[in-house]
Amino acid sequence: MNAVPIPSPTATTRRGFMITVAAAGAMMGLAAPVGAEAAEGFEPTIWYRIGRDGTVTVNVIRAEMGQHVGTAIARIVADELEADWSKVKIDHVDSAAKWGLMVTGGSWSVWQSYPLMSQAGAAGRITLIEEGAKLLGVDPKACTARDSMVSGGGKSISYGDIVARGNMGRTFTADELGKLPIKPASERRLIGKASTQLDIPAKVNGTALYGLDAKVPGMVFARPKIPPTRNQSKVVSIDDSAAKAVPGYISSLALEDASNTVPGWVMVFADSFVAANNACDLVNVNWTSGETAKTSEADLQKRSAELIADPKAGSLVVEDPGVDAAFAAAKSKLERTYTTASALHFQMEPVNALAFERDGVMEIHTGNQWQSLALPWLSKALGRPEDKIVLKSYMLGGGFGRRLNGDYAVPAALAAKAIGKPVKMVCTRADDTLFDSFRSPSVQVVKMAFGEGGKVTAMDHAAAAGWPTQVMAPFFMPKGANDVAYDPFAISGANHWYSVGAQRVRAVPNDLANIAFRPGWLRSVGPGWTNWAVESFMDEAALVAGKDPLAFRLAMLDGAGRNAGSAPNAVGGAKRQAAVLARLAKKAGWGQPLPKNTGLGLATTFGQERDMPTWVACAARVNVDPATGAVKVEKLTLVVDAGTIVSPDGALAQMEGAALWGMSLALFEGTQFADGQVQDTNLDSYTPLRMADVPEIEVEFIESTEAPVGLGEPATTVVGPAIGNAIFHASGARVRHLPIRPDAVLAALNTRT
Amino acid sequence: MTTTFEINGRKVTIKAPDDSPLLWAIRDEVGLTGSKFGCGIGACGACTVHLNGEAVRSCVTPVNAAAGAKVTTIEGLDPKGAHPLQVAWIKAQAPQCGYCQSGQIMQAAALLKTTPNPTDAQINDAMNGNLCRCMAYVRIKQAIKLAAGSQGSRA
Repeated sequence: MNAVPIPSPTATTRRGFMITVAAAGAMMGLAAPVGAEAAEGFEPTIWYRIGRDGTVTVNVIRAEMGQHVGTAIARIVADELEADWSKVKIDHVDSAAKWGLMVTGGSWSVWQSYPLMSQAGAAGRITLIEEGAKLLGVDPKACTARDSMVSGGGKSISYGDIVARGNMGRTFTADELGKLPIKPASERRLIGKASTQLDIPAKVNGTALYGLDAKVPGMVFARPKIPPTRNQSKVVSIDDSAAKAVPGYISSLALEDASNTVPGWVMVFADSFVAANNACDLVNVNWTSGETAKTSEADLQKRSAELIADPKAGSLVVEDPGVDAAFAAAKSKLERTYTTASALHFQMEPVNALAFERDGVMEIHTGNQWQSLALPWLSKALGRPEDKIVLKSYMLGGGFGRRLNGDYAVPAALAAKAIGKPVKMVCTRADDTLFDSFRSPSVQVVKMAFGEGGKVTAMDHAAAAGWPTQVMAPFFMPKGANDVAYDPFAISGANHWYSVGAQRVRAVPNDLANIAFRPGWLRSVGPGWTNWAVESFMDEAALVAGKDPLAFRLAMLDGAGRNAGSAPNAVGGAKRQAAVLARLAKKAGWGQPLPKNTGLGLATTFGQERDMPTWVACAARVNVDPATGAVKVEKLTLVVDAGTIVSPDGALAQMEGAALWGMSLALFEGTQFADGQVQDTNLDSYTPLRMADVPEIEVEFIESTEAPVGLGEPATTVVGPAIGNAIFHASGARVRHLPIRPDAVLAALNTRT
Repeated sequence: MTTTFEINGRKVTIKAPDDSPLLWAIRDEVGLTGSKFGCGIGACGACTVHLNGEAVRSCVTPVNAAAGAKVTTIEGLDPKGAHPLQVAWIKAQAPQCGYCQSGQIMQAAALLKTTPNPTDAQINDAMNGNLCRCMAYVRIKQAIKLAAGSQGSRA
């Protein structure tokens, strides 16, 4: 089969290549001679520096958006370095070519960083032991490092003193660095142990700085006029006569954008945000809009359904021999269609950016998740090389994938270039929402063939939606069995670890969605909606096969064939998923009697990608009001196996938040595309989950020393289908559309058979 | 056409028009950026400050409503940043992205002033207007209870 490519440190995919480049950068850092930089401390790799006072400053290329990623990465470095944790600091660095690929998403950060950061730490430890031994006058073999001290022969010296007095010129080749042994799990001193998060204190006293807080003397404020369609809009004329009455109003400007990132944008400038905001409301722009000005959610879904109905459309992500034959020979078959509505990021900090030129470099001050993606757009838009542009790092007031797409940096930079002054662009909430690269609506058709005794003989899953990766990062798209490229983030999940006989997975891009808006990566991306189909369907299939949903799944999670798993990231394969599911069922009391109108529903997934599976399962206990169709989630129980857990409390926080995200997307969110725009632009009608909706939550981690994988998203993927299945068990109502509204539950109650 | 009030114990005079939102006066004129802009319609709570001790949404409060009043922001909640809620917030490791947390803490501070030992239902009632998009609600509630407990034991 064609595996979804993932950015494994050992993979030969493009992402793998870019990480290799990053590793080579580390090697070059190691080779750097003792010089001006070293005068300020020891920098054994580009990833951290040790000062003469012993302070270890870890350079973090990942964006901090609530996952406490800097703490986790610093603890990986410090563990191998044998550093005293109290002397460790983190620095969220600005964009620069030396860092290689800068991206924070996909639940990749810890997984991708782990080998490289461990080896970087080991390189520093080895060098410090060698130099420390010389300074102590003992054999390095007799020396050990612990708590930022090198000890041997009854003497010891601190890392700070070694850096101040030693010759820190030891170099490692890339080969040597890659071969440095990582400590066995039994020797870990920080990884897996309790800690507090370094970013939290500044977040409780108002001092944490987000992009919105960035300022520079002499800046003017700007608010955009959002054009009627995301693509293809053109400005015909601007009438700002009414805006001139607003004190502080400066001017309005149609942006010329060679990168075509923000076609049809008009910036309204003023000397304060309030004035820009008020003036913007009074500026009238006449546009010619794109061909999708009248496109609706129904149009988008109709197009997806049409494309799925054409067996030649799309890319064959999995194409086993014998699928059609198995369906032709089946004793019975099941076919179901599942849909999901458009869903907004609604990160709390509306997108914004401050841009200005300093010393020949265009500085863009904003929170961002994928600097390496935005820089080429900025380069094209501004007509200047990437090395004359820098993205300065800030805390993100929520990421959730919105800031993987750095399109918002472009208009601020273009405006600063056009008027020759620093420009602070702030979107209002409605601007942000209309400009959101939201989660595409989707249609999925899932089929299963059954042989004698309900045995599963084949499965066919087709999924259609707008493809974020096709629109924004086509170089990330691998090819399917039919040589057609596909968006791995718009199908992952459908290529599950169940052994289902002959399997076909077909990913179909919705061409209308791809031009009607800019499809985005939203927390958990494809698996956030493909698993709505997979895991709802598994319950429906179990019913057809006459089996218990738990036993039905466990029998197919047999670890056979391609589901056996492989080192280093998927050791154990589907057997680990089965173990997680079995543990969950026991913990949640599967099979025990429940009160009337109450049901328990199960779902299990492999998290984000086959090559870095996070095995996760959820049981949702819900109560359904048969009179109104209202669903109350009483409890969510989750079990997860993510391999080694670097930061246990941070991991728990991600599981809690991601699970509630899954619940919010399932019951409280969802919007409609209409007349070329999303219909809900603020909290008066878009209603994410609030505190009073929070159910009891119980999370258990499977103890493991396997490779650490991701935790920011996986819990989001299981909660929706667990709730859908629980609704069925509580009431007999089967819902097949997200979000689940009470009227849909009522309708399903009235049509149940 | 200026507005004068006291913010975190300091007297300030604001030049922004009377109907300008208090939030932007605090952020851009006074220069205190701990209070955040989220929705602009008073529905997310990220901009919550105290006006004469009561929690208000500063994004929909006109600046002239603060004339002669005492305004407290997250920066002034405690001189050392060690209000029992701030201590509890760290103990519970409550924030994720942190953007809403100034507003959450200010809202909770107003709650504890009137209701030192709130029930779960009282906490939900008081806090339901404060959106946390990271959905760190479990820990926010835990932190409020921790702080209520510590205040109770001190009293």
